[in-house]
Amino acid sequence: MSWTPAEMMTVAAARALSNHDVCFVGIGLPSAACNLARLTHAPGLTLIYESGTIATKPTVLPLSIGDGELCETALTTVPVPEMFRYWLQGGRISVGFLSGAQVDRYGNLNSTVIGPYAHPKVRLPGGGGAPEIASSCGEIFIVMRQGKRTFVNEVDFVTSLGHGHTGTERKSLGVKTKGPSLIVTDLCLMRRDPEMGEFVVVSLHPQVTREQVQEQTGWPVRFAAQVDETPAPSEAELAALRELNERTARAHGNAPAA
Amino acid sequence: MTIFAHTGDEVRRGAKFMGLSEAIAEFVHDGDTIAMEGFTHLIPFAAGHEVIRQGKRDLTLMRMTPDILYDQVIGMGLARKLIFSWGGNPGVGSLHRFRDAVENAWPQPLEISEHSHAAMANAYDAGAAGLPCAVFRGYLGSDLAQVNPDIKFIDCPFTGEKLACVPANRPDVAIIHAQRADREGNVQIEGIVGVQKTAVMAAGRSIVTVEEIVDQLPNGRDGSVILPSWIINAVVLVPGGAKPSYAHGFYDRDNAFYLGWEEISRDRDKFAQWMKTNVLDAGAAS
Repeated sequence: MSWTPAEMMTVAAARALSNHDVCFVGIGLPSAACNLARLTHAPGLTLIYESGTIATKPTVLPLSIGDGELCETALTTVPVPEMFRYWLQGGRISVGFLSGAQVDRYGNLNSTVIGPYAHPKVRLPGGGGAPEIASSCGEIFIVMRQGKRTFVNEVDFVTSLGHGHTGTERKSLGVKTKGPSLIVTDLCLMRRDPEMGEFVVVSLHPQVTREQVQEQTGWPVRFAAQVDETPAPSEAELAALRELNERTARAHGNAPAA
Repeated sequence: MTIFAHTGDEVRRGAKFMGLSEAIAEFVHDGDTIAMEGFTHLIPFAAGHEVIRQGKRDLTLMRMTPDILYDQVIGMGLARKLIFSWGGNPGVGSLHRFRDAVENAWPQPLEISEHSHAAMANAYDAGAAGLPCAVFRGYLGSDLAQVNPDIKFIDCPFTGEKLACVPANRPDVAIIHAQRADREGNVQIEGIVGVQKTAVMAAGRSIVTVEEIVDQLPNGRDGSVILPSWIINAVVLVPGGAKPSYAHGFYDRDNAFYLGWEEISRDRDKFAQWMKTNVLDAGAAS
């Protein structure tokens, strides 16, 4: 049984969610992970998309957060102002899944610009829900493919606060939530070291070496005192994920969203 | 028309039923701040194309999620400013005309006031509620607060908590697409209702295009939201008015179009040719 790095990443991210979670889902990799979790070990997981769909149970991955399938399979659909005020700001979301164009060692995310803001080299889509998802959810999981251009020493712009420029700024900014606690990549798992304030590698995916991880990281990456091997995807996890992706490809007539 | 008690604007009972070109001609003016809202769903393409066709210019575009429609308005040189929180082609990639305007000032410079979704949603809510600004817990630790002078912070006068404050969204005109209206012009929106009701109620004038006109609005359907006719200026029958986006209960999203837009819009000349053939030279939808 073999799997791709992307599949390992999605499975690892899905495992982080539990039945008790109320999860705010971003599009792309987070969406695949959240739906896989709901289809496997966490059937009680509650999914919420920022388009206003509450407790949604899509059978295919949506192309966008506003897809009709999300509304059709939801318990209810609320207007967007209610979503951001009562549900997100009101503290009803236990975990938010975020991604971005760039991330740094403190989990700060950039989805705004590459280059200076006034004259960007690349104008990215922007923050969307992310800035307040980052500060209002109980905690944040980040899922991103690892590469030197994405895992950078310093993000060009802080769209969404992780742990700030020194790794300890949430408290001084008056932010009461936990912030990013886990980064899942196609190579490894990282968790925040409370003393150092930065994310360190706690688990390497099967066949991945420390050198590979460092090659794909733009800062001198640290490893935990004890580094585990991420359990390989099980047959059941892989089957569920592949079926989900196949259903999605058939429904959209093109490559799946994740 | 909305009743603004504090401004003394006159009240008119009941929306007018009109043709699309008539409605755009009467209610959209050069220099307007215009919100054509839709959160992936019910995006008012037909109305937006008529705005382009009539050459309404110098517009301040307002939208939480600028999409292909806004890419088109920007690419046609009709926008001088964009107020937004996320601008992309969902599931596909970038908005190339938006990026060309920001990165290269093509076809003309585009001023941007960039926010987060939470800010825009709160700002529309404040606008609908007749307030000058919105207060919410946001922008903590985000660089957006450093680049947008419309993002300020205040201290709660009771608890001292630092909260974000942005100006209320009060567009001159809002345009949305909905499933149906009854014969009096009461409108029903179903499915992902997004920020549409709030945007209409925050706007000075509003146009609603609809898929159908019915004798009676059906009860209690998915996310159903009713806009009473007297808060709307114009109701326009435009079946298919959200295409290529989707209308819950009527048609699916034309994913092939969204994918195809990537190639059409990458190139300035290809874009201009497509717009001429498919928008400028096409007639109004109704």
